[in-house]
Amino acid sequence: MIKVIFFAALREQLGCSGTEVNANSANTVAEVKVALGQQSHEWQNYLANNSLLCAVNHQMVNEEYSVKAGDEVAFFPPVTGG
Amino acid sequence: MNTTKNTAMNENAEISIQTADFDHGFEVNLLEKENVEDGAVVTFSGRVRNNNLGLKVKGLFLEHYPDMTEKLLANIIQTAKQRWNIGRVKVIHRIGQLAIGEQIVFVGVTSKHRQDAFAANEYIMDFLKVEAPFWKKELTELGETWLDAKTSDKEKAQTWSK
Repeated sequence: MIKVIFFAALREQLGCSGTEVNANSANTVAEVKVALGQQSHEWQNYLANNSLLCAVNHQMVNEEYSVKAGDEVAFFPPVTGG
Repeated sequence: MNTTKNTAMNENAEISIQTADFDHGFEVNLLEKENVEDGAVVTFSGRVRNNNLGLKVKGLFLEHYPDMTEKLLANIIQTAKQRWNIGRVKVIHRIGQLAIGEQIVFVGVTSKHRQDAFAANEYIMDFLKVEAPFWKKELTELGETWLDAKTSDKEKAQTWSK
């Protein structure tokens, strides 16, 4: 399985801080999003927000980045700390 | 519940993500303690304002991505150490619920001469703003809103690559 976590506004929009995606159904970050979008139209819409950022195993990546079983994939809005 | 996560990168750099407040004077003392090589100490601290974008702010809630935050801050400090001749570095960032006037963030840097500490402090703060995975939710008279990232912060960080 691939572990998926959400932060901040996205976490609240989805009403969920994390879930799992079967590693057989997604080879890239973009495909993880597609798999998550199958939950509902709402999820699909919120995840389609193109300002969302993604990190795999704590490293910032783009949509084409490859994922595998055991990875931690995080989706979140642009950061606003400091 | 008070949580503190201290990440000591080495004896000269420390990162702490914590719910508890911090003591500015105590942190300055730590930067100076048994450190007679460095003549300059530059500190920055950020606090919760009572206003933003024309609205009265009542408080802030800060969320972060544990572990990734510490890694990213460590990378930023590492880059600063390669770029400037600096001694000690301390970064503190608070998370959770914060009231008006409370301290949010602290960056302290020491160096032999002032220029290195000034520049490295500003660099660390600029990249903390645009890279470290923290998110602010603001409580105003109109309710709660997650803040949008500012283009001006991105542009400021980009000035370091010129």
